[in-house]
Amino acid sequence: MIPINDFLVLSSILFSLGLYGVLARRSAVLILMSVELMLQAVSINFITFAVYLNPDTFTGIIFAVFVITIAAAEVGLALAIILRLFRNKATANVDEADMMKW
Amino acid sequence: MSYEEVIFYVVGAVTVAAAAGVVFSRSVVHAALFLMLALFAVAGIFVLLAAEFLAIVQVLIYGGAVTILVLFAMMLTRVRDLPTAMDGPQKPVAFLAAVAFAVTSIVATVSTDWPGNTDKVNVIAFNDIGTALFTTWAVPFEIASLLLMVALIGAIILARGEEGE
Repeated sequence: MIPINDFLVLSSILFSLGLYGVLARRSAVLILMSVELMLQAVSINFITFAVYLNPDTFTGIIFAVFVITIAAAEVGLALAIILRLFRNKATANVDEADMMKW
Repeated sequence: MSYEEVIFYVVGAVTVAAAAGVVFSRSVVHAALFLMLALFAVAGIFVLLAAEFLAIVQVLIYGGAVTILVLFAMMLTRVRDLPTAMDGPQKPVAFLAAVAFAVTSIVATVSTDWPGNTDKVNVIAFNDIGTALFTTWAVPFEIASLLLMVALIGAIILARGEEGE
């Protein structure tokens, strides 16, 4: 039997790696991939709490279903925005997307 | 150590290694393929948590659709050919922030005394999830479908561009 802390520590490590990617990368596509990693970590956390601590109402599993739904919508929309950015500025680098800067 | 723990450590090591590949890889295409591996490994973690439904959804949506979409975006935006550096100058700060978060969160996890039975996975039946999703959570479910449709229309309009462009 796997103790609950193993899953939570794995999820923390995954989230931190995603956080590093979001902060350090410059290409919008790579930032999006790191955000996906962070969402995965959150899903693992939700499911862990649902199956260990809350098996009667298992809200965490339902929440994870919605996290996956939102993530799918987010990826589609974000890639459309990246495509648009590339068409207007010929780059997918977030440092150069400063049109709204004062 | 039970065989479940052995499987968990193997799958967990693959997950962490693939995730590290995503954020440290020098090539964007390699990063995308590492992402695919990480997502499949997370599906394995879901199986270990006895959440088969989510494992299947994970393989279908993430392993299939999302990775292909990301690779498509790379092809269309030609990230590979751009001569810019992959990482910004804020790299050390990002590393410090990530390490600080990891340490805080792991210490908090380990030092917390979780209520209830914390060493046994409770198997949640497939049809219970379906029933809950379509009765208790019916309204959020419908809102999610509406959101997906709006996102789809928005993505098409954004990517299509204006007339005569």
